[in-house]
Amino acid sequence: MGVAVQVEGLSKSFGSQNIWSDVTLTLPPGEISVLLGPSGTGKSVFLKSLVGLLKPERGSIVISDTDIVRCGESRLYEVRKLFGVLFQDGALFGSMDLFDNIAFPLREHTRKGESEIRRIVLEKMEMVGLQGAEGKLPGEISGGMRKRAGLARALVLDPEIVLFDEPDSGLDPVRVAYLNQLIVDLNAQIDATFLIVTHDIGTARTVPDNLGLLFRRHLAMFGPREQLLTSQEPVVRQFLNGRREGPIGMSEEKDVAQVEAEMAALEARGGDQHNGVGPKGATGGDAVPPQLPPSPGLPERQAVRRRQERVARMLHTYDPATADAIRATLPADLLTQADAGVFEPTPVAGGRHWAADDEVGEARVLPAPRGRR
Amino acid sequence: MSAPEEPQAPGLLDGRYSPTRPLRASGNLFAFALDVARSLPKRPFQLREFVQQTWFVASVTILPTALVAIPFGAVIALQLGSLTRQLGAQSFTGSASVLAVLREASPIVTALLIAGAGGSAICADLGARKIRDEIDAMEVLGISPIQRLVVPRVLASMLVAVLLNGLVSVVGVVGGYFFNVVLQGGTPGAYLASFSALAQVEDFWSGEIKALVFGLIAGIVASYKGLTAGGGPKGVGDAVNQAVVITFLLLFAVNFVLTAVYFQLVPPKGA
Repeated sequence: MGVAVQVEGLSKSFGSQNIWSDVTLTLPPGEISVLLGPSGTGKSVFLKSLVGLLKPERGSIVISDTDIVRCGESRLYEVRKLFGVLFQDGALFGSMDLFDNIAFPLREHTRKGESEIRRIVLEKMEMVGLQGAEGKLPGEISGGMRKRAGLARALVLDPEIVLFDEPDSGLDPVRVAYLNQLIVDLNAQIDATFLIVTHDIGTARTVPDNLGLLFRRHLAMFGPREQLLTSQEPVVRQFLNGRREGPIGMSEEKDVAQVEAEMAALEARGGDQHNGVGPKGATGGDAVPPQLPPSPGLPERQAVRRRQERVARMLHTYDPATADAIRATLPADLLTQADAGVFEPTPVAGGRHWAADDEVGEARVLPAPRGRR
Repeated sequence: MSAPEEPQAPGLLDGRYSPTRPLRASGNLFAFALDVARSLPKRPFQLREFVQQTWFVASVTILPTALVAIPFGAVIALQLGSLTRQLGAQSFTGSASVLAVLREASPIVTALLIAGAGGSAICADLGARKIRDEIDAMEVLGISPIQRLVVPRVLASMLVAVLLNGLVSVVGVVGGYFFNVVLQGGTPGAYLASFSALAQVEDFWSGEIKALVFGLIAGIVASYKGLTAGGGPKGVGDAVNQAVVITFLLLFAVNFVLTAVYFQLVPPKGA
C-alpha cells in the first residue's frame, strides 16, 4: 500500500511573486488524485515541491514521518527513493538507450546482478508496452514512447508514490486513453499513491479518486471526485466544463460584473447542459461519469474499498448533491453503517481539505465549500 | 484562505540593484565548490564517468592546445631572439625562452583552453541536461548530480589540465627551438646548452600546480553555471558564455597570486 502525503499550509514564492499559499491537502494512500488548474497556477511547482526540488517558504510536507521541507539532504535523498516521477517529456538521459535509462536507478541503488536487472527492466518495459525498443535512443522515438519509457523508469524501484506531470501533453486522444488505462492498471497492480497534474478534463472526470483545483494562488478545492464533479463552485464548474464564461480569464481574472453578465448569457442559452462539448474532454453539465476500471484480468484496485470506507465516514459533511453521488458508489454494507451512524466523524481524514471558514479573508468568488448543516 | 500578505507586482528593483547581489552570486559559487569538495570522498566513486569525461575533455582540448602552443612558443622565440640580440645576450636565448614557456606561457595557454574548450563543453552538456529536466530526474531518482556528474568532471578537467600543461611545455619549447634555430639563424648548441642556465625544475612544477588549480576552477565554474542554467536553450547559451568569462577572470587573477607566491617560495636561480 502506498504512503500518504500530508501537505499543510504550504506557500511558495519566487522573489516577490507569490505562486500559491496555504495549500493544505492529503493524498490518501494508494488512491489516484488529479490536480487541475489554469496554466501558470504553479501545478508543476507544486509537484517539484513534493519531491523536494523546490523549497517552499512555509508549511510542511510529511511523507512517512519525514517533513521534507525541513529535513536534511541525506534524509531527502532517502525519502526520494519512495517516489517515481514522470516528467513532462519523460526526462530521459539523452546519452543512454532506453534499456540503460530504465536500468539506471537499479544500477545506482541496488546490488542486483545484470541478469536480474535485465529481467526487471524487460518486465517494466512490457508493462508500459515498449517491448523491443530497448536499444533505441530517446531522440529516436516519439513523444508518447518517451513518456512511457519515463514511466517505466519511474516504476523500476517499486515506488510508493508516483507523480505524473501532464501525462497527456503532446499526445493524441487515443494515446491519452491508453495512457489513462495504463495508469489505472498500474494502480491496481502496485497500489501506490498517484498524483496526476493535468489539463485534460476527460482524464480528470474518469481516472481519479480525488480531484483538486488550484486557482488564484490557492487550492480552491480538493476532495473526492464526486465533490468536484457535482460542485456548483463557479471556478470548478467553469474549469470542468471548459468554457469561457466564468471567473477564469485568458490571462488574469475578470471583474465580477463581467462574470455575472457572462453567466446570465450562459443561463439564457440553457446552461452547461446546452453548451455543447468543450475542449480537452470537457462535456456539458455536472454528471459524475463512472470511474475507469482496471483492464479485465487484473486484480481489483485495493484503494477502491479503502476509499469507500473513508468517504462513507465523511458522508455527512458533504452537500446533498455530492452525498447522493457518493452514495450511488458505495456498497450496501457501508451505506447501512453510514446511515446507522456507526462511523465516528473523522474530520482529519485525508482527501478532503480546504481552509476553515473563519480563515477566509479576501473578497470571495468562492462560496464556502463546506456544506453547512 | 487567508492571504498572508498582499501579492506584490514584481518591482523594478527587485533585488537587481541590491548591493549584496554580487556577493550572493560569488557566495553561491563558493558554496557549490564546498559541496563538490564534500562529495569528493563519497563512495561509490564514479570511475566510468571520470574516464569518459577525461577522454571527452582531452579530445576537445588536445588539438587546439597544440595548435595554440606552437605560435605561442614561436612568438616568444621571436621576441626574445631580437631582444637578446639587441642586448648582446644571444647565448641566453634558449634559457629565457624555456623560462617564459614553462613559467607563464604554458599555464596561460592551458587556462585558455581548459576554460574555453573544456569548460564550455562541460557547461553546455550539463546545461542541456538541466533544461531537459534530466538533472531533476536524477535527483528524484535519489542520485546526487554533484557526486554523479560534477565530481568526475572536475577531477577530469584537473587531470587534463595537468597533462595539457606538460604538452604545452613540450610543444612550446620545441616551437621556440624551431623558430630560433631555423628561422632566426641561432646556433642549436648555444640554444640547448643554455637550457638550464636560468630555468629550474621548480618552474615546471609551479606550472603543473597552476594547471591543476586552473582545471579545478574551470571545472567547478562550468559545472555550477551548467547546473544553474535556466530559461530554455537561450539560458544554456548564456550560461556557457558566463562560465567562460568568469573562468577567464578567475584564472588570470589566480595566476597572478600563484606567481607572486611562487617567487616568495622559490628563489630564482643564481640569485
